[in-house]
Amino acid sequence: MSILLDIFTVVAVTAGAFFFLAGTVGLLRFPDPLTRLHALSKADNLGVGLIVLGLLPRAAGPIGALKLIAVWLLVQAAGATVSQLIARAARRGMSQP
Amino acid sequence: MTIDFALDCGIALLVLAVAGWTIVARASFAAVVGFVSFGLLVTLAWVRLAAIDVALTEAAIGSGLTGALLLGAAARLRSNETAKQAEVPGAALRIASALLAATVAATLAAAVLLLPDPAPTLAPAAAANSGATGLGNPVTNVLIAFRAMDTMLEKVVLVLALVGVWSLAADRCWGGMPSPPRGADSGDATAFLAQLLTPLGIVVGIYILWEGADHPGGAFQGGTILAAMWLLVMMAGLAKAPAISRRSLRLVLIAGPAVFLVVGLAGLWFGAAFLAYPVDHAKAVILVIEFVMTLTIAVTLALLLAGPPDREASP
Repeated sequence: MSILLDIFTVVAVTAGAFFFLAGTVGLLRFPDPLTRLHALSKADNLGVGLIVLGLLPRAAGPIGALKLIAVWLLVQAAGATVSQLIARAARRGMSQP
Repeated sequence: MTIDFALDCGIALLVLAVAGWTIVARASFAAVVGFVSFGLLVTLAWVRLAAIDVALTEAAIGSGLTGALLLGAAARLRSNETAKQAEVPGAALRIASALLAATVAATLAAAVLLLPDPAPTLAPAAAANSGATGLGNPVTNVLIAFRAMDTMLEKVVLVLALVGVWSLAADRCWGGMPSPPRGADSGDATAFLAQLLTPLGIVVGIYILWEGADHPGGAFQGGTILAAMWLLVMMAGLAKAPAISRRSLRLVLIAGPAVFLVVGLAGLWFGAAFLAYPVDHAKAVILVIEFVMTLTIAVTLALLLAGPPDREASP
């Protein structure tokens, strides 16, 4: 049972790290602010989400697991809002010559 | 080489790299972004050193609050920044400032490297007397009991800093309301976040204050979170900043240092010395001080960021 949980953790955290890597590559390579934001928000949501998912079996009790999930939800709320604000600022900047 | 060692080396290299980048960045906005990332990396370093209290303070004050203040300053300076960058200072001035900076860096490095080993410390004395206050967190013990004078003066300095910011107000706006930074159409998204996050943030801020007795946390970290929540609500346009002439506001601003002073004088009157807490009720007195201080810190920090009043007081 514990080896299964270990494999689950390794797979999920690796997948999360992959999304962070992909998001960073996208941030560096994509041509304009909106596509770069798209890459960044994927890294935030899926990367943090998968890492939290992978760490859940290792949390110290249900309270620790709830804290991890709360971290993920807060990162999502902040990331989504900041993406909105940056996107609006970028669109305003683009519409002006 | 263990994973921990590799992680520490990685953090150290990143801190140095980001620090260097912050210094050489030409645009002030980029430099501020570098400074904020630098603060968050230093936070990680403090966590690795098991100094959670310092890490919390670095993240809240060093990176968050200072970063936001610098961002505001960079935004105000943006209009004449390109003109400033165009003019190059003379060779003598540049050499002199380089020499001065190098001397300061060398002196700091020498002071750190020449410390006796083991470095002089009061940690054993603080640990030996930790039972005197009834608090479990040694950092809170030092801040609020053993070095209470420093903490009290720190609060006075905060109020003075706010007075300094307010003194930048134009005459006709004196006593009016500051207008916190607000994007032209920041609208819905910020308002949604403010409605969603503020209740959570208030709970977390009070939790960190309360936990400060026995675990990492305390008045400054909790107060900073409360200040951030108030600022978020003001920046989303859900609440107006208060007029700085309001009596209740000013009472809250001086409440922290005032309660500290009253307790200190009571210690002088009834007890052994200035700021000597009553032995049987030390924890209760400390809790009262911390609660009032948190309120003062939250209001002061939020108003520091809101800036000088720039709207006339409503009649």
